[in-house]
Amino acid sequence: MIKKLIDRFLKPLDKILFNTSLILMIIGLVVLYSASGMDMIKTVGQAKNYLIAFILMWVLASVSPNKIQKLAFPIYFFSLALLIAVALFGEVSHGARRWLHIGSLHLQPSEFMKIAVPLTLASYFDQRGKDRYWFDFMVATLLLLVPVALVIKQPDLGTALLIASSGFYVILLAGLSWRVLLVLFFGALASMPLVWHILHDYQKQRILTLLDPAKDPLGTGYHTLQSMIALGSGGILGKGWLHGTQSHLDFLPEHSTDFIFAVFGEEFGLIGELVFLSLMLIMIVRGFFIATEGSSPFSRLIAGTLSMTLFTYTFVNMGMVSGILPVVGVPLPFLSYGGTSLVTLFISIGILMSVNYHRQLVKQ
Amino acid sequence: MRKRVSLRNPQLERWDFQLRIKILLSLIVVLFLVLLVRLIWLQVISYSYYHTLAEANRISIVPVVPNRGNIFDRNGITLADNTPTYTLEINPRESAPVDQVIDELSRIITITASDKKLFQKLNEESHGLAPVAIRSRLTEEEIAKFSVHRYAFKGVNIESRLIRNYPLSEATSHVVGYISRINQNDLDRLDDEDKLDAYRGTNHIGKLGIEAHYESLLHGLTGSEQVETDSSGHGVRTLSYSPPVPGTDLILTIDAKLQLAAEKAFGDHRGALVAIDPNTGEILAFVSQPGFDPNLFVDGIDQEHWNELNNSPNRPLNDRALRGQYPPGSTIKPLMALLALNSGVRSAQATISDPGYYALPGSTHHYRDWRTQGHGSVDMHLSIVQSCDTYYYSLANLLGIDQMHDFFTEFGFGKKSGIDLDGELSGLYPSTAWKRKRYHQDWYTGETIISGIGQGYTLVTPLQLANAIATFANHGVMMRPHLLKSTKNPQTNVVTEIKPEVINRIPISDEHYNIIRDAMVDVTKPGGTAAVAGAHASYLIAGKTGTAQVIGVKQGQKYNAGQTSEFHRDHALFVAFAPADKPTIALAVLVENGGHGGSTAAPIARQVMDNYLLGLPTSAVPEPPSTSHSQSEEPEHD
Repeated sequence: MIKKLIDRFLKPLDKILFNTSLILMIIGLVVLYSASGMDMIKTVGQAKNYLIAFILMWVLASVSPNKIQKLAFPIYFFSLALLIAVALFGEVSHGARRWLHIGSLHLQPSEFMKIAVPLTLASYFDQRGKDRYWFDFMVATLLLLVPVALVIKQPDLGTALLIASSGFYVILLAGLSWRVLLVLFFGALASMPLVWHILHDYQKQRILTLLDPAKDPLGTGYHTLQSMIALGSGGILGKGWLHGTQSHLDFLPEHSTDFIFAVFGEEFGLIGELVFLSLMLIMIVRGFFIATEGSSPFSRLIAGTLSMTLFTYTFVNMGMVSGILPVVGVPLPFLSYGGTSLVTLFISIGILMSVNYHRQLVKQ
Repeated sequence: MRKRVSLRNPQLERWDFQLRIKILLSLIVVLFLVLLVRLIWLQVISYSYYHTLAEANRISIVPVVPNRGNIFDRNGITLADNTPTYTLEINPRESAPVDQVIDELSRIITITASDKKLFQKLNEESHGLAPVAIRSRLTEEEIAKFSVHRYAFKGVNIESRLIRNYPLSEATSHVVGYISRINQNDLDRLDDEDKLDAYRGTNHIGKLGIEAHYESLLHGLTGSEQVETDSSGHGVRTLSYSPPVPGTDLILTIDAKLQLAAEKAFGDHRGALVAIDPNTGEILAFVSQPGFDPNLFVDGIDQEHWNELNNSPNRPLNDRALRGQYPPGSTIKPLMALLALNSGVRSAQATISDPGYYALPGSTHHYRDWRTQGHGSVDMHLSIVQSCDTYYYSLANLLGIDQMHDFFTEFGFGKKSGIDLDGELSGLYPSTAWKRKRYHQDWYTGETIISGIGQGYTLVTPLQLANAIATFANHGVMMRPHLLKSTKNPQTNVVTEIKPEVINRIPISDEHYNIIRDAMVDVTKPGGTAAVAGAHASYLIAGKTGTAQVIGVKQGQKYNAGQTSEFHRDHALFVAFAPADKPTIALAVLVENGGHGGSTAAPIARQVMDNYLLGLPTSAVPEPPSTSHSQSEEPEHD
């Protein structure tokens, strides 16, 4: 009886995604405990975040992709409204207008867009049927660029790029012509000087820092240099759990959020990183597999896009920590402390599971 | 509108989607490989580089400053030590604006204008990054008062620090000297000596006296502590510790009792006294009056005190014993007599006739004797007892300046004594060669004549004079005058004695020695020039008075102390050793503008000798009986 109930409960959950997530969660909590300076309150807090995230994941896994698709546009426009509200009434902190205060709720609507944009675009392409016209790609691009522009304006270039990339993945998977892709690629290259001109000083500084972090070791290069020291000094086997000097002695900034990978690498070394990368790769490949097996265009597009997004977060964060990408505020999936990013992540996984579960249902 | 993508065929659509997924997957694999290569580069290839950087990040080497050696007198009385004191320190990084904090503090405890000035100076030096003392040497009451108000002063703390303390203050200022904050000159010197590392963490350095001369012994060796630090530089834990080697304790030859007795005996007089144990060269007392409070210098002297010391006409900062150069006057007469005997130029029995002056053959210029009417028929003994000038004018003429120069040089005139203090001056004993070199002039015989009574070019420091008389007292064996008696390792308490060092042996026969010593003993007996100072002494004192002219007295004029401004009066000198039959103390006393050696300098010497030989705390010298009467009868001189 109980076994049946558990089986029913576990049914929508994809075993591979679920187990991998569980392992990554455990790794995440273990690393966070060390990175937070053995802060049990923070670790337990993150465990609670995980609990909420898993529940959300289960809820989404149980809901059919069709229902999710129906919610796509409402969510999108609701998020867009919030973004506009931020632009008008948002609270300024650290020179950026990102947060919205409604009563006791503190919202960062740009986070919603990370899910809302791919959902909407995938839904849009699905609704347009089997024929995709120039017009459709233009509309999709417009749906993408409006929130991206609003987020850039905040300014929050990191999030804007992530939203843009997730939207771009949908468009790409929807069948954007390779020729256009090439044109876009070279167009982007050509417009780089222009983009440089538009960038804020601190953003330029971050990119310059990337080229030579040692140039300003106590200023803008500090983050990168310290995280590179953390990783490099970890070596192959790492310094051991709780023995990372860089984070425990506070040299490493943001060591429980954006730079937690440096703590992980310092304490668990290259071997630990390989384990983590393998687990992430398993998740991504599983996501891709689910995408290719998807029963509807929406399912396939959203599953492919969310898998790519998972990769993007992982790559951008690790690239930043290891000093090959500029410093942008991108959390590392599973490891970084913070409820919002965890919820976003598990919603994505939940959608992947939903796509997988309901394809099986259809087959049956 | 042109159809962009036609995917009516579901198989084709799937195929296109799968192709794109595959391309993306390859992209992912490639990018993950890039990441992996990067990680391998960081963690495998550059591992040792980053490992070193991480170590450097977390480990800082903190110097552990050794405790400075203490300084004691020969009987173990503390002359310099490190005493814990409480200072009130403001950390500008944590406190409210310092001016405001100081204002508020001054309502609770006394903060003088000079405290503020010193604080501002030090705060500027540290660029507001380190805590700086606003007050030092807090009293218990002040600590209590501040503690009550502590909550109102963020970033203001009471710190316990070891501060150099000179308990005898003025009395030993010129011997012990002082330490003070290391300045740029010190840093440059330390850099030259390659000692900068050894002084990491050390704030103070010996500037004067023993503190400066034995800096390397007193300082000790700086230890180090490897401390794991966090990014803000706070120590988290100690990884390794190599302890400092504390500075060596120094035991000086100085007798603090004598220093104090001498200081007291001088009273308001300016001058110097150097007392030496003639057998060893140990300096028993080394006084320059007035002294100054060396404690003022330790944490940087404030402008007011500095001005007061620097502008005082008494020049307390001037070490008269070491660097004051004075004409020795008649104090050299015993040595002149010794030279007469040694060279055979004049025997002890030979007499001269003193009409009250000396004139060179064929000259009308009178070299006056201090006693206008003359001393009559004078032999060597009387010439010393009564300090007859004429005797030595003629003796000098017989000897010639170069013979005198060579002899006096043997006794240490005109050269540094080699005492263990820095900045000693060498004085001057003239010679024909010297004059030619210095002035490109020939030597005049008249200059020889006045050199015979220690005037003219001749200059000595009180130290040289004491050294010369000690050498005589020790039968011509000159011991290196020194202040360091022994060193003590503060960890093992092993005491290392400093061996006395013979630096010259001047042959003096017992016969000659006795003739001169006996005459010097009679100087302090009734009828001698220092009879007052020698009165009722229970031991034999061999002494010689002297007077050094500050301004010349013209031919036919008479020196009158009463009509001369204080700073133009003659300097009074006295040299002595005692007990005369077996000397254990030899000394030279100089009283600036003190007038007559017998009346001002000799009593000071007597008090010091009594103190040393009899252990008497104060003067055993009775007040000179009816001085005014004796002066009117016989002009006291030399």
